[in-house]
Amino acid sequence: MTYAKRFKALMPGLALAAASIPVFAEPGPVVTGRPEALQLNLQQPVTGIAAYIYSLHNWMMVVCLIIFLAVFGVMFYSVFKHRKSLGHKPATFHESTTVEIAWTIIPFLIVIGMALPATHAVVQMKDTSNPDLTIKVTGMQWKWGYDYLKGEGEGISFLSNLATPRTQVGEPGVAPTEKRTENYLLEVDNPVVVPVGKKVRLVLTANDVIHSWTIPAFAVKQDAIPGFVRDAWFKAEQIGTYRGSCVELCGKEHAFMPIVVKVVSSEDYTAWVGGEKKRMAALADDPNKVWTIDELKTKGEKVFASNCVACHQANGQGVPGAFAPLVGSPVVLGPKAEQIAVLLNGKHSGKYPSAMPSWKQLSDSEIASVITYTRNNWTNKADENIVQPSEVLAARGK
Amino acid sequence: MTSSTIDHTHDHDHAHDHPVGARRWLFATNHKDIGTLYLWFAFTMLLSGGVLALMIRTELFQPGLQFFRPEFFNQLTTMHGIVMVFGAIMPAFVGFANWMIPLQIGASDMAFARMNNFSFWLLPPAALLLATSFFVPGGATAAGWTLYAPLSTQMGPGMDMAIFALHIMGASSIMGSINIIVTILNMRAPGLTLMKMPMFCWTWLITAYLLIAVMPVLAGAITMTLTDRHFGTSFFNAAGGGDPVMYQHIFWFFGHPEVYIMILPAFGIVSQIIPAFARKPLFGYASMVYATASIAILSFIVWAHHMFTTGMPVTSQLFFMYATMLIAVPTGVKVFNWVATMWRGSMTFETPMLFAVGFIFVFTMGGFTGLILAVTPIDIQMQDTYYVVAHFHYVLVAGSLFALFAGFYYWSPKWTGHMYSEWRGKFHFWNSLVWFNVTFFPMHFLGLAGMPRRYADYAVQFTDFNQVVSIGAFLFGLSQVYFLFFVVLPTIRGGKKAEAKPWEGAEGLEWTVPSPAPFHTFETPPLVK
Repeated sequence: MTYAKRFKALMPGLALAAASIPVFAEPGPVVTGRPEALQLNLQQPVTGIAAYIYSLHNWMMVVCLIIFLAVFGVMFYSVFKHRKSLGHKPATFHESTTVEIAWTIIPFLIVIGMALPATHAVVQMKDTSNPDLTIKVTGMQWKWGYDYLKGEGEGISFLSNLATPRTQVGEPGVAPTEKRTENYLLEVDNPVVVPVGKKVRLVLTANDVIHSWTIPAFAVKQDAIPGFVRDAWFKAEQIGTYRGSCVELCGKEHAFMPIVVKVVSSEDYTAWVGGEKKRMAALADDPNKVWTIDELKTKGEKVFASNCVACHQANGQGVPGAFAPLVGSPVVLGPKAEQIAVLLNGKHSGKYPSAMPSWKQLSDSEIASVITYTRNNWTNKADENIVQPSEVLAARGK
Repeated sequence: MTSSTIDHTHDHDHAHDHPVGARRWLFATNHKDIGTLYLWFAFTMLLSGGVLALMIRTELFQPGLQFFRPEFFNQLTTMHGIVMVFGAIMPAFVGFANWMIPLQIGASDMAFARMNNFSFWLLPPAALLLATSFFVPGGATAAGWTLYAPLSTQMGPGMDMAIFALHIMGASSIMGSINIIVTILNMRAPGLTLMKMPMFCWTWLITAYLLIAVMPVLAGAITMTLTDRHFGTSFFNAAGGGDPVMYQHIFWFFGHPEVYIMILPAFGIVSQIIPAFARKPLFGYASMVYATASIAILSFIVWAHHMFTTGMPVTSQLFFMYATMLIAVPTGVKVFNWVATMWRGSMTFETPMLFAVGFIFVFTMGGFTGLILAVTPIDIQMQDTYYVVAHFHYVLVAGSLFALFAGFYYWSPKWTGHMYSEWRGKFHFWNSLVWFNVTFFPMHFLGLAGMPRRYADYAVQFTDFNQVVSIGAFLFGLSQVYFLFFVVLPTIRGGKKAEAKPWEGAEGLEWTVPSPAPFHTFETPPLVK
């Protein structure tokens, strides 16, 4: 950040250059936080930087358009007037040092005029200091994980999966059975919730491959890189729900891991934090509770649908050559200890190009229930057909 | 320009063998035959890559998954990119170089005739590897044409086949480049100094140096990917002390010069055609040469503008933004020079000229979006959206491909000895131009609205533009099938006999030999005054 600070010293000059940009962004009355049909420009901005970039882009478009019209005005004039069919005789000139120097210097000056306001934005975007709230974002194949690290709501942690049902997507040869809504592929089960007007710093990383987190209305886009930590920030100035998508190719479900941020008033935020804390307390399982097999299967089906279905498929058959089948799998039908270990630690058998990731961030009851579900569903009938949360707890850390 | 009048009737008593049938092509050492092989190979790959593109557009005609599973869709986008870049555009320019550079500099052949044969015949096995990779378990590589780590380590054997294919094609490119450099530097006709050389030779000379500089860098990156995949190294795996972003730095250090490798020879072709049909010498020849060289040098210091969203320090972001914006200056100089060449000329608009003027018009739009993308904060909004897809298709299709078409129409009388049908050529041009824009212009809007690239399925709000794009894509594809069956093949088979110099304003040694160019030309070097 030292460089950022040093650049700040240059800010008065840059701000002057920035102020010279006419502001084209109309105070967008309709901010939906998602793309619109036949939209022709960037999404309506709701942060200061996004609004600045919106104007900067408009301004550059105007400059480019003027140059475009000038250059091609000349060219098309020539195309229509300097024709052999009109009897135009060719001139013989082929050099002019003055002209050539002029059209090197003038574009250079125009480019500088564009670079100055852009510099202002770059420096601002990089300044992640003094946040009110810090959230860790983890990209995973194919969902997002959020941990509230610092600020109000510290300790809140959840996964955020696509909420659009597969019955709206359809698949090759199978038509969708449900009508698509306006938030198709732009909705998640657990959105990120942040307070309005507060500086939110995102700390991003990934579990497996590179993902990229973006909300166009905030002008934030930052790759989430496995093994490394990057940061970005935003301060949303309008209450609402804002939607984005993963924008770095991350494998087969790349198009199915959206991002949703709900910006709420500070009172609503406090209420949400309270609710989340209660939910998390309730989630902490009583390790001694003994579940019935039906309870586990019902819960397991839900866990399977949000976490496992993308690879292992709803019919449990996996994808040949890509993802392992669960139906008839020796791990699912064999001793349960091995399956618990696979879910907790992941597995790379080498038979398939990608590895089974570790699912240890799921709760004991979620892991127990999804294992029980796979052992009793489809045509599977395992001998050891029930796994209790206490067994998962016991297996953790082994 | 030249005083040569050479007797071309003594081909038969030339010392070299002149095999026929399959041996003529398999053992080809003649630059014209090898050029023809390159061009057919490139056109085959263009149509194959086009089929992949149309499969992508079929799936994207509406939201939802109708035809292909997402994992196969990702193979389509990846292979479309690799096939078009390494299979279609690059070999096509090498084909032009083989055919035209010896004819333009008055050399009897390329410097290394047998290496020339080898560098071509490396390509079909590479293409075969790419094509068959679709049928191995897990299918072709689906990591995007950039093959970013660590996604590339998750792929099946199709990835290794792609790596091997890229190695082979890289070796082929390096050999081709060495050949071109040696030919241009050593085999020019007496009197043809460097600063009198046709622009196409100049742009290829510079391109060949770029190729030699960066192809080994790509080879390094993909070799490290290979050892990461199979031999337990962790160059790009953070868990073993590596860095996935390092892959991107290495890749784009190759990748950015690579995009100029694909456009500089196009500049050369256009710089030949505009003066020919304006009947006026190229404006600012020297500044064209310097601009080309500046673009080539700048291309080495801008690579990280592909990586603004990886999260670089503020100083790096600013450096790469400024350096990238600088490229607008020499590129602008080129466009101004072409317009000045046309200014007060005596122009006619045969198909080569139409494609050349179309090139300037549409390529410049790609140049402007390039300038907009160079601005870091705006790039961060556009990165990995359809805006980027629109931008690079404006420079690669309307840029490189249109220039290749222009070059075909300009030089095919020399290659085939026949004139193509002017009406059909114009039909091909107008269809290409219109459907190109119908296909790619709406992608700017999709990208601005935030539609990510490499998506098998998309939000319903993007439906309308995607449908327009898909329709345009099919018609653009159909126009190229028309080009093959109604222009290329009929021109080879017959048509009006072409004169040695079919274009009134054309200049250069290639027009001093008969059409079609005899098997051996310039056995005695012409004298250039």
